[in-house]
Amino acid sequence: MKKRLALITLISLIMIFIFPMFAWAAEEGIDTGDTAWVIISTALVFLMIPGIALFYGGMVRQKNVLNTMMMSFICLGVVTILWLVYGYSLAFGPDISKFIGDLSYFGLKGVGLEPTGTIPHQLFVVFQMMFAVLTPALITGAIVERMRFPAFLLFLVLWTTLVYDPICHWVWGGGWLMELGALDFAGGTVVHISSGISALVAALVLGRRKGYGTERMVPHNIPYVVLGAALLWFGWFGFNSGSALAANGLAASVFINTQLATGAALMSWVMAEWLRHGKPTMLGAASGAIAGLVAITPACAFVTPMGSLAIGLVAGILCYFTVSYVKVKMGYDDSLDVFGIHGVGGMWGALATGLFSVAEGAEGLFYGNAAQLGIQAVSVAATIVFASVATFVILKVVGAITRLRVDDEAEILGLDVNEHSERAYSV
Amino acid sequence: MVKIEAVVRPGVLEDIKDGLSKYGIHGMTVAQVMGCGLQKGRKEVYRGTEYSINLLPKVKIEIVAADKDADGVVEVIIKAARTGEIGDGKIFITKIENAIRIRTGEKGDAAV
Repeated sequence: MKKRLALITLISLIMIFIFPMFAWAAEEGIDTGDTAWVIISTALVFLMIPGIALFYGGMVRQKNVLNTMMMSFICLGVVTILWLVYGYSLAFGPDISKFIGDLSYFGLKGVGLEPTGTIPHQLFVVFQMMFAVLTPALITGAIVERMRFPAFLLFLVLWTTLVYDPICHWVWGGGWLMELGALDFAGGTVVHISSGISALVAALVLGRRKGYGTERMVPHNIPYVVLGAALLWFGWFGFNSGSALAANGLAASVFINTQLATGAALMSWVMAEWLRHGKPTMLGAASGAIAGLVAITPACAFVTPMGSLAIGLVAGILCYFTVSYVKVKMGYDDSLDVFGIHGVGGMWGALATGLFSVAEGAEGLFYGNAAQLGIQAVSVAATIVFASVATFVILKVVGAITRLRVDDEAEILGLDVNEHSERAYSV
Repeated sequence: MVKIEAVVRPGVLEDIKDGLSKYGIHGMTVAQVMGCGLQKGRKEVYRGTEYSINLLPKVKIEIVAADKDADGVVEVIIKAARTGEIGDGKIFITKIENAIRIRTGEKGDAAV
């Protein structure tokens, strides 16, 4: 009996003194508040993916809504696997020549719960993974209603690997743009310019939809679009504020800047179309909000609230002008205006960062440092050139392996039935 | 017997139904339809691109009535549907050879 009591006492002492030491050792440097915020932010960014599925799904014709949603949703499967197997390593692994990460983290080897800043390394991996999933999902808006699903899957794998991962490394993973001093807080260059430019190239390579310009191709469900835009706006707080990687004043400043620019762009888009067409539209309000969110993304941590207001006001007008005038004049069929909103909004946001930044040591042109605008312009130009050339080559390779477009009959019948044997609405 | 098909503005349906009910006509078939006539349609704008919408939403009411009721039904419809503006709609009247109530097998005027 005495022996048993002694053993229990010994085990208890071990548990009291040793286990907390392990726990302390595992969490040294990790801040619970920061970790909680980034976990929530990760979930918020996740919500943007079904958000984009609804946003895009409502804008296509009834016969293509499921295919459109599927293109966004499938990214959650494909890119999740790619990111955890090798994508994270290419983007954030130890640098090779300032261009790409190496494969040290292949299969998340050596990536555990040790702190990265004040959060666990694995949490940083999954937070960044949501960005990697969302970015190609944005591109799909330019190619919907005509691209074959198998061709899209192959494009998705190649684009994520050859375009997203390198650009992510350039800007955030220790690559050459980061070293140059380019500012992109939450993905203006990495996410929006890369996807917007690639979307334009993909729309040009695929060609216009059958009947484009002659048939009426209007959104089949604008309430879906509004719901999707609302989810995107909500999720964007995680996208931008979460990029502070901490629950601190910077995250709060980013939050207010995000809200202000978005509200401003919503209003300027609506006012522009009200003046031009005599009525404010719901689709315009939703589109303007997204344009504002895109434009403030690179700048949100570096500008004052009034700087955000200016960025948002210009973004709404600029993106409205691109989709309502430039697209019509140029005649390209970017189905859901990915280039007009994400490409142009992203470029404006990246350049506006070089105008309005008040970051110490990286002030913008309006604060006496013209060089920052030059650096921002270099980052925009490099992303445009690299993403467009790489996307063109990838599409040519995919096209050589499998047909890119559905045939005419399938396009008329709709991609829901043709590609998935499903119908969104039974009546 | 005659079939009276009235294509009218959606907003007047309830008034027509009330009028017919008071007149003693309770049977009708109603469908939401799209149509165009003298009315020029309207303009819709999606992201700055204008679309001319020629077909406009209308309601089509089909009533089969005895010959003696035909003029009365038409009067009720006109009274409820006329605004005097373009787009009030049209009424078409055709001869019906027979009608059969499936439940009872009654034929002709008794079936309507």
